Amino acid sequence: MIKYIFKRILSLIPVMLGVAFIVFTLLYLTPGDPARIVLGDQATEEALHEFREKEGLNDPFLVQFGNYVWKAVTRGDIGRSYMTRRSVANEIMSAFPSTLKLALSCVIAAIILGVPIGILSAIRQNSLFDNVTRFLAMVGLSMPVFWQGVLLILLFSVKLRWFPSSGFDTWATLVLPTLTLACNPLAVITRMTRSSMLEVVRQDYIRTARAKGQSERIVIWRHALGNALIPIVTVIGLQFGTLLAGAVLTESIFSIPGVGRLMVDAIKMRDYPVVQGGVLFIAITFSFVNLMVDLLYAWVDPRIRAQYK
Amino acid sequence: MSAQAPVKMKSEAGLLDIWNRLRKNHLALFGLVIVVLLVFFAITADFIAPYRYDQQNLMKAFESPSKEHFFGTDEFGRDIFSRIIHGSRISLQVGMIAVGIAVVFGGLLGSVAGYYGGRIDNLIMRAMDILLSIPSILLAIAIAASLGPGLYNMMVAVGISSTPQYARIIRGSVLSLRGQEFVEAAKAVGSSDTRIILKHIIPNCLAPIIVQSTLGVASAILTAAGLSFIGLGIQPPTPEWGAMLSGGREYIRDYAYMTIFPGLAIMITILALNFLGDGLRDVLDPKLKR
Repeated sequence: MIKYIFKRILSLIPVMLGVAFIVFTLLYLTPGDPARIVLGDQATEEALHEFREKEGLNDPFLVQFGNYVWKAVTRGDIGRSYMTRRSVANEIMSAFPSTLKLALSCVIAAIILGVPIGILSAIRQNSLFDNVTRFLAMVGLSMPVFWQGVLLILLFSVKLRWFPSSGFDTWATLVLPTLTLACNPLAVITRMTRSSMLEVVRQDYIRTARAKGQSERIVIWRHALGNALIPIVTVIGLQFGTLLAGAVLTESIFSIPGVGRLMVDAIKMRDYPVVQGGVLFIAITFSFVNLMVDLLYAWVDPRIRAQYK
Repeated sequence: MSAQAPVKMKSEAGLLDIWNRLRKNHLALFGLVIVVLLVFFAITADFIAPYRYDQQNLMKAFESPSKEHFFGTDEFGRDIFSRIIHGSRISLQVGMIAVGIAVVFGGLLGSVAGYYGGRIDNLIMRAMDILLSIPSILLAIAIAASLGPGLYNMMVAVGISSTPQYARIIRGSVLSLRGQEFVEAAKAVGSSDTRIILKHIIPNCLAPIIVQSTLGVASAILTAAGLSFIGLGIQPPTPEWGAMLSGGREYIRDYAYMTIFPGLAIMITILALNFLGDGLRDVLDPKLKR
């Protein structure tokens, strides 16, 4: 098992290098001279030249990439913001807790609601409840996050005045962003739970469990759900990545000081190191979450655990 | 979503059979009707829209929905209904071209990887894994940020960011087809690899491609609207739904209809495409059913 975990962590390295390469190349290809963006239109030729020399902007592409990776690995330095001149890594780290808080509250809300609804929908296949659930799940999948956010603000903060529309300090401020962002993962988790359960409840061992007189609650929650968990766990892991990315839009609607809003603001200011740093950071987090999910498989499924013993 | 069993569409049954089975799925049919309507709007926008999309009339700014202006007017007095009709053209265009880019590149990479296997497969699929480890809207944001805003850049950004999914699906289909008799037969009579891939393999994995593309157009439109919403997509005065929504946000307290209608247009379009895609999946490819 430990060997497997180690191997999986090692396999992340080339992926991370690849992501860094893509991100760096995109930054490199971006039109506009960084020296000009930082120093402004009034800067003299010498000042520009000096800046380029100092920042290594005159080096060949691969040398620059090598330096970027070297600094990132040895010092956790992924460049400086063009605007604030602060380190991108610091900016991201101070914004990340907000994003994490939002993503976690969404994942938790989506699991608490999605799994039971999906199970109910599956054991009452083709009932009214099932049909309504499936329709609503599809609507949830089709809702543009940003529109939903704006509508919720309109209803709950402008008209009803129940929840604030911006800020991120109290629990009340967490409600609307969570409602906005949790909708999509809720739909996905519900659909996945339903279809995964439907497949499992037809298996022989479920019939056996029922035949030996096991109560329906234990049959469903232990025998069926236990075996239907793998695809559900997978999809939850994938949703977490989508949530981190979806936070980009949600955070800017609700003015949450997270990584997403940091990036959107940076896009508007053409502050590309921050944009690329944000992408890199979220991609790394996403990969780690997926690694965790893979390890979780072994925990929920003894069949998989046995393979690594 | 990796390896799927091949699905053969029998030519004698063909389209009629698909249609007959799709007809029984009411939601899919509803989706199809909406999509056909949207295509109709997009083609005839110049004739059926009551006003031009960029026709300003400051005397009539911020008018609530009325007989004259079904969805009201925006801050420049432009007719929102007409802009939404014109917007269907942009959204469908973005959706289809972005998916087209993704299908062509993804198809090429996926079929080469699946057909040749070995080192080429490894190289291509690892590269795809790297792209997949960046959530697609973020990749689109990164690409759009470096290409700069605009309609065509947005199509490219959305297209590239969804390429890996198609490469994966197509590779899976190709892998399962590669060993089948008809491919060996084609090889035996001396067909070239290119011919085998294009003439024998690709037509046989059309079903998952069609299903994925229908759903893909939906997510491409959504991603594109998201990009426009944060200012990386289409620039004014082009009537893009995401951009209209974003513009209306400033006036949400007093003129909510400015954001409600463009959002509704996006949602109905996505919902219709999703219903249609789901229905097609059930008909064409029951094994893909999630």
